[in-house]
Amino acid sequence: MPRNLALIDCNNFYASCERVFNPALEGKPLVVLSNNDGCVVARSQEVKDLGVKMGVPWFQIEHLAKRHGIVAFSSNYALYADMSNRVMAILATFSTSQEVYSIDECFLDLAGFERRGFTRYGQEMRSAIKRWVGLPVCVGIAPTKTLAKLVNHVAKKRPQFEGVCNYNEFSAGEIDALMGELPVGEVWGVGSRYAVRLQQMGILTVRDLRQAQPKAMRQQFSVVMERTVSELNGESCLDLEEMASAKKQIMSSRSFGRPVYALDELAESVASYMSRAAEKLRRQHSLAGAVQVYIRTNPFKEREPQYSQGMILPLPDPTDDSRQLVSAAITVLRRLYKPGFAYAKTGVMLTEIIAANQRTPTLFDDVAGMARNKNLMLAVDSINQAYGRGTIRLAAEGLNQPWKMRAGRRSPAFTTCLSDVVVAHAI
Amino acid sequence: MVPLPGVPLLATPVPAGFPSPADDHAEERIDLNEHLIAHKEATFFVRVAGESMVRFGIHHGDLLVVDRAIDAVDRSVVIAVVDGDFTVKQLCRIPEGVLLRSGSATHSDIFVGEEQTLSVWGVVRWSIHQVWSCPETLR
Repeated sequence: MPRNLALIDCNNFYASCERVFNPALEGKPLVVLSNNDGCVVARSQEVKDLGVKMGVPWFQIEHLAKRHGIVAFSSNYALYADMSNRVMAILATFSTSQEVYSIDECFLDLAGFERRGFTRYGQEMRSAIKRWVGLPVCVGIAPTKTLAKLVNHVAKKRPQFEGVCNYNEFSAGEIDALMGELPVGEVWGVGSRYAVRLQQMGILTVRDLRQAQPKAMRQQFSVVMERTVSELNGESCLDLEEMASAKKQIMSSRSFGRPVYALDELAESVASYMSRAAEKLRRQHSLAGAVQVYIRTNPFKEREPQYSQGMILPLPDPTDDSRQLVSAAITVLRRLYKPGFAYAKTGVMLTEIIAANQRTPTLFDDVAGMARNKNLMLAVDSINQAYGRGTIRLAAEGLNQPWKMRAGRRSPAFTTCLSDVVVAHAI
Repeated sequence: MVPLPGVPLLATPVPAGFPSPADDHAEERIDLNEHLIAHKEATFFVRVAGESMVRFGIHHGDLLVVDRAIDAVDRSVVIAVVDGDFTVKQLCRIPEGVLLRSGSATHSDIFVGEEQTLSVWGVVRWSIHQVWSCPETLR
């Protein structure tokens, strides 16, 4: 039986989030910049229309920005994550099976909702998201994930679909014509690298790829490409991955706002990232059995001396206590550090993660002490939750954090910090 | 078996004695989130700046619970977008269009004609007012 899958994708997600809380920006060109305000990572439609490409360095378009009044924001991940959670929770009510594929898109299995008419159902999703959280989305509906991705793209690019494109409503001839117009690079899983190779083989459009021999594609590329061809022909090979399982690794890393030379400052950054990772660890009720730290210089500055090194330290007893984890991380950092380099980035990773209730108690457990530590961490987390991240932190994280990433254009944490909520005028 | 001094044999405390007679009647404690928030994905908090809504019990510094999932009807108190700014007003339907009413004699109403588009951002469900007010918590 053919399946009916929907792929729902938010339009210009980061840029749209900024607009919800800043309605004066409606209709104005707007970009969101990457870490350290380096590159453009999200563009409003007006900016796309100006020809600004994804990933261009901000300084390259600053003149254009001045001329056209482009407004730039630093990435506000606290806001985007909360808005994403809201979108996903709303969409979950439209199906019994959901795969959250990325921060701004998810797949739904529409089995059981046939009677409502899929196109209309897609429109209901769109208006619910627009209304409840103010974000525009597009919906693609098709028998396979690859096709749902493809028709979602069509829904986005072609206004006549009003945001919902349903593969099942096309005739065979219409599908053929449509796919003949789309370049092969638009297919999910065909990266720009594969696209070049496919073009050399004379496979230029989606239609060409759909008509390729699956077995031959497997030989020349991989089983993934074979599946892609089958999926383009309406044969579902990829299932929804409903995860939500606890993460097996937790990472936290950032680039510095400027080069860092001193061990003290590196230690502050490692302590700060580790505290963040420990917080995530506690939120999923897990313990970590090992701590990994890495440091590196800036590989793009080819003329400067380069150094990049990482190391794992197993812990004597799995823990979620920030103080123990930070102290382990700093021990590792001291082993890794070599003076004389201009460091650009440090990162930490928690591994060998187990559920907190799976820890084997030992004979020498200090039960009362463990309960005290647990309550302390609980108190730290709830204070930071209520008053903003980093309100209470370990002294090892430093006070001024001069190495910190630049995010001078960040909007307030409108939905996650009470002192940052939007203000309505009563005047 | 002789326990080592200072090392407990059991890691979890064992309840002893007579069970509480109230245990069987225990209920969940009142949770204001449940009471104040009907649609949690569509609910946002908004801070009030200004005194134009005092007649509706909405004061400067109050925290509004705003629900985007419900319809604004005649006489709803809403967060409206006027000239790109958030404004809190009462929405009143009149024959000529919509009137955004203030709740204070010293503040004027805003008329929105039929040809203009009115953007309602959300409907105000609750206003949380701190009675023992300490000025530095107000914005």
